[in-house]
Formats: sequence, structure tokens, C-alpha cells
Amino acid sequence: MSTSRDMILAAVRANAPRPAVPMPQIPTFERAADSLLEQFRKGFELLGGTFVDHTPGSDLTAKIAELFPQAKVICSVVPEVAGNKNIHDVKAPAELDDVDVAVVRPAFAVAETGSIWLSEAELGVNALGYLAQHLVALLDPADIVANLHQAYRDPRFLTAKYAVLMTGPSATADIEGVLIRGAQGIRSLTLLPVPRMR
Amino acid sequence: MKRLDHAGAASRFIADEKHLAFHDAKLWDLRKKRDREAHGIPEWEELRQLASDIKEHTLAHLADYLEEFERNATRNGVKVHWARDAAEHNQIVFDILAAKAAKTLVKSKSMLTEECDMRPFLERRGIEVIETDLGERIQQLDDEPPSHIVVPAVHKLRGDVSAVFARKLGTEAGNEDVTYLAESQRRTTRPYFLRADAGMTGANFAIAETGGFVVCTNEGNADLSASLPKLHIASIGIEKLIPRVEHLGVFIRLLSRSALGSPITQYTSHFRTPRAGTEMHIVLVDNGRSERLGMAEFWSSLKCIRCGACMNTCPVYRRSGGLSYGATYSGPIGIIIDPTFNIRKYSNLPFASTLNGSCTSVCPVKINIHDQIYKWRRVIAERNELPLVKKATMKAAGKLFGNPKLYRAALAATGTAIEDLPRFAIYNWFNPWGRQREVPQPPTKTFRQWYIENRTRR
Repeated sequence: MSTSRDMILAAVRANAPRPAVPMPQIPTFERAADSLLEQFRKGFELLGGTFVDHTPGSDLTAKIAELFPQAKVICSVVPEVAGNKNIHDVKAPAELDDVDVAVVRPAFAVAETGSIWLSEAELGVNALGYLAQHLVALLDPADIVANLHQAYRDPRFLTAKYAVLMTGPSATADIEGVLIRGAQGIRSLTLLPVPRMR
Repeated sequence: MKRLDHAGAASRFIADEKHLAFHDAKLWDLRKKRDREAHGIPEWEELRQLASDIKEHTLAHLADYLEEFERNATRNGVKVHWARDAAEHNQIVFDILAAKAAKTLVKSKSMLTEECDMRPFLERRGIEVIETDLGERIQQLDDEPPSHIVVPAVHKLRGDVSAVFARKLGTEAGNEDVTYLAESQRRTTRPYFLRADAGMTGANFAIAETGGFVVCTNEGNADLSASLPKLHIASIGIEKLIPRVEHLGVFIRLLSRSALGSPITQYTSHFRTPRAGTEMHIVLVDNGRSERLGMAEFWSSLKCIRCGACMNTCPVYRRSGGLSYGATYSGPIGIIIDPTFNIRKYSNLPFASTLNGSCTSVCPVKINIHDQIYKWRRVIAERNELPLVKKATMKAAGKLFGNPKLYRAALAATGTAIEDLPRFAIYNWFNPWGRQREVPQPPTKTFRQWYIENRTRR
């Protein structure tokens, strides 16, 4: 008896159309850009991200306390910021329910859309990027690529178990098209341009 | 099987002017935003062609790419299942849940699970299913299917949502503040994310090269559904395959710009391997797709990436509402897909179009939608599925158009007829188009009269 799998594949083979379309080559559509960081900032803010200028060398833990004075639980996955909840102690993702502010460092970002790239490595626990009320991202301006074509040539897409291109806070416009930031995931996404510690 | 009465259902939608005006304007606004984004990308037309070519190439070699996808997904530790139809899909999903004794399922929006009518199937078997997309949740609580594939509750006004939430979620009666309503959904859904036994997503793209899949959302609900429970099930139509990761560059650039007029969705999430200590299952679903692949004139509808741009631009869709189509897929794309599920039931749908071609112009994967709508009319006529009124009208029209003398005489009479005929002759039961429209002022002369006067050599 043949399985559903075999029957589906046989039907797909038997019915396959024969358009003379070879697999197209995908250009990267590169063009000269003034500043990738400026372009990133525009896209990021368009989708509701909060871009905060940052003086190199100043204390980031203090900066985050200043940005989120109400925050009680801070979970940091970056060495630059001291949190008070250790991501390595988390046994089940639901334990992140009480996180007010999470701090991460995207592996890279895309100028065209203002998106940051986070995988399980950058998030520690995937749910951190969604259960936290607010997310802060430290981005090295050197980590910005121009557009999505270049982004999708990054080999980390082939090895990451999970990866998200995140652009701004969660949002919905499902009631009368009225835009609400902070739908079900994070209520805000704040980005500080901070070079990596070398 | 009864024929679906699109015009009748639409007339009920149209009867409420406030809803109609909002629906029409809101969707047209999405179309305008789409234009703004598209015009901002110099290579937009090139991207559309690339998207179309990638999809056509993939569909021509679909079996190979499905096997490659299965191989890689399996290597990643994902269990791959195959479902020939909706019933098999639903049974597979239930069996996966039952094996884990899962009782609560949080899910993000998936048109495929709507197509399979999965929710009632699972609910009858004791599974609590929670739609977590706001629009889909509103529709679930109101016991209605989604009316639009991207914005499921776009036919509702805030008062409608307020009433549903007050009834089902216990929110403050009469509070129509949109922020309050959205926050109420966040507050009531979050506990489900935290304790659900299983999460479910659909997929916008499945990548043969990696065995992974991509989900594009704005609310964060798909990632919450996938990142908390110990079990993640993804239902994926077999036409969602693309060969390589680099192809995503083309599709992601097109998708949200075409759908909502935003450069990208807030979350473009790539799932490849289950989290440590959890299970991931993928159900690959045929449900008529392999058969459609063999339809010479209609197979290219399988290129669809479900952006909804054709719906937003369609004058008939905007003024009749998605529910009037009586099918999972509405609007122009629905018109060319639905008859493949049931030609008799949906035989009226290909006539819910002016054939203006706007759908084809905005389609990011270049499906010749309006050509296919026209071709479906022919197929339906050939199979003798034309409703009686249309048959009689077509016969008369055929006679008229087939005879130049008769046509010109009729035309000359029509000019005055529009002005002089009593209104009931135009706005009658046999002419549904007349019902919600005023006839424009007729031109003073026909094109032929003008041509003879201006262009004929004297």
C-alpha cells in the first residue's frame, strides 16, 4: 500500500507543468548609500523602533535604568549591561513572564528595512524577545548590511535553529486599521548604537 | 450542492452604509500604501519577475524540492507528515496532540487550517484551540471565518469588536477604545501562551535548502506560540516551497509591501530546528494542490504568496466584503482558487469581477488573475454550470454582439434609453449591477458616430 507521501509526490510529478523557466540568478541590487546607519535608523523608526544616541564609553546599565525607571526585572544577555535576572537560570521559557526589560545584541542588521537579526544564540531563550515588556538592542554600526538580498546571503541563516528579522515592537492594526504598538510581544524596541567590545 | 449566492450575500453587506464605506476606504488605503512602497523600489518590476520565475521553476520541479525539504527537515530533527486532504491533515494534527496528551493549542493565523476546517474538528475531540492573532481571535469569538486573508476582521467596526469582547471576554460593555480592546486581548491571551501544551503556526515559505520555514507576522503571536510550548506543529501547503534561502530576499521584499504597504512585517521568523527538549512537526498538505498543478490554464495560481493585494484593489471585493464569497479564499485570488475545490458551489464567483485587470497589475508574483477569472467563466459555461439568468442574458448578448447591424441599432437606442427609461428598467432584479450604482451620464454620441464625423476621409 502506498503512503500519502508517495501518492502526493506521484501526483505532483505526473501533473508538473513544464514552463521553460530556469532557476533565476538573484542580483544583490547593491547601490551606493551614504550611511548605512542613517538608512537603518529611518527604516527602524518607520516601524516604531526607538533609536537612542549613545556616547561611546558611557555606562549602559545606568542608561537603561534612565530609559526604564519603572523596570524591576532586567534580563541582560550582553556583557555590557548587568541585569538582575540571569538567562542561564531559566529552565522553562514561561519563567521570563516577569521580565520588564531584556537586553540583547543582534548579530547584524539590515539598513533597507531597519531590521535586527536575532537567533537562539543572541536571545539565550527565544521567548525572551517576545515575553519581555521592552527589548533593548545594542547594535554595532559595523554590523549593518544594505538590503535583504545581502542579509539572506549570510551563512548564519543555514546554521541557526531559529532566527528572526525583528523590526520594531509588536504591532497590530486589526481593529479598524488603528495602529497599536505593543500588540502581544514587546511593547517597545529600543536601539543603541554600541560597537562590540573587542 | 447549492450554488453560493455571492450577489445576495453582498447585498446584505452593502445594506449597512457605515460598514461598507469604511471597508471600501480602508482597503483602498492599503492599496495606496502598497503603491507608495512599490514606487520607492527602483527594481520593483524586476523583483516581481524574479518572484514569478522562482515560483514557476519551483512548481515545475516541486516533487524534487519537496523531497529535498523533507530530507533536510528530518535531518534537523523535525518530524515531517504528509496529508492528501483536509481530513487527513486534521487527523494527523490531532494524533500528534493526542500522543503528547496536549489539551490546549495556541495558534497563529493560518489560512490552510481554515481551509481544512481544523478548529471544530479538534474542539469536538476535546482540544481547546485559541487563535492568537487579534483579527483571527475576534473572528473566532464571533463564530465567523476570516473575511480577508491578511486582515481577518477588516469588515468589522470597533463597536462590533467591543460587543464581541464584552460578550466573550468580559470587557467593559460599550468601551470602544481601540487601545483598550487590543490590550484586553493581550491580557486575556497571554496566560494561554504561558500554559499551552502545544503551539501551531502556518508558513509563508518553506525552504528546500534548509528544511526550515518562515512565518511573517506583526503581533509577535506566532513566535510566542512557537517559543513557549514544548510542541510546535506547522501546517504547510505544498506550494509554499522555495528552493534556497537567498530567494527569501526577493519574496520578503515583496510580501509586506504588497500586503500592508510596510517594508517588512515586524517579525520575519525562521524556524529550522526544534528547541532543546521540544518537538517540532511539519504537516505538508496537498488538499487539491497537486490536481490544480495539472490544470493547464490555472496552475499558476499556485504561485500565490497570500499577500491580499488583489483583494485590496478589487472594486467588487471592497464593496461586497470577504464573507460574501462564502469560501476560505475571497477576492480575485479566491475566485480562481475556489472553483477548484467545488466548481458547482462556487460557479457564481468568477462573475464577481469587472475584469478590470487591477488584480493582475498588483500581484507580486505576476499571476494573470483576471485572465484566469475570464477562463473560469468559460469553463463554467462549458460544464453547464451557468445560473439560468446569466445563461439567458449571455444568449441575448451573444446575438447582439454577433450581429453588427443589430448591435448598432441597439446602441443608438441605449443612449436615449438610459435617459428616458423609467428607473425600474435599469434597477431591476435581473441586473444586480444596477442595484448599488447610478448609471453614468451617457455620452452624446457613440464612438462610431464620432469616428465617422471626425476620422472618415471626406
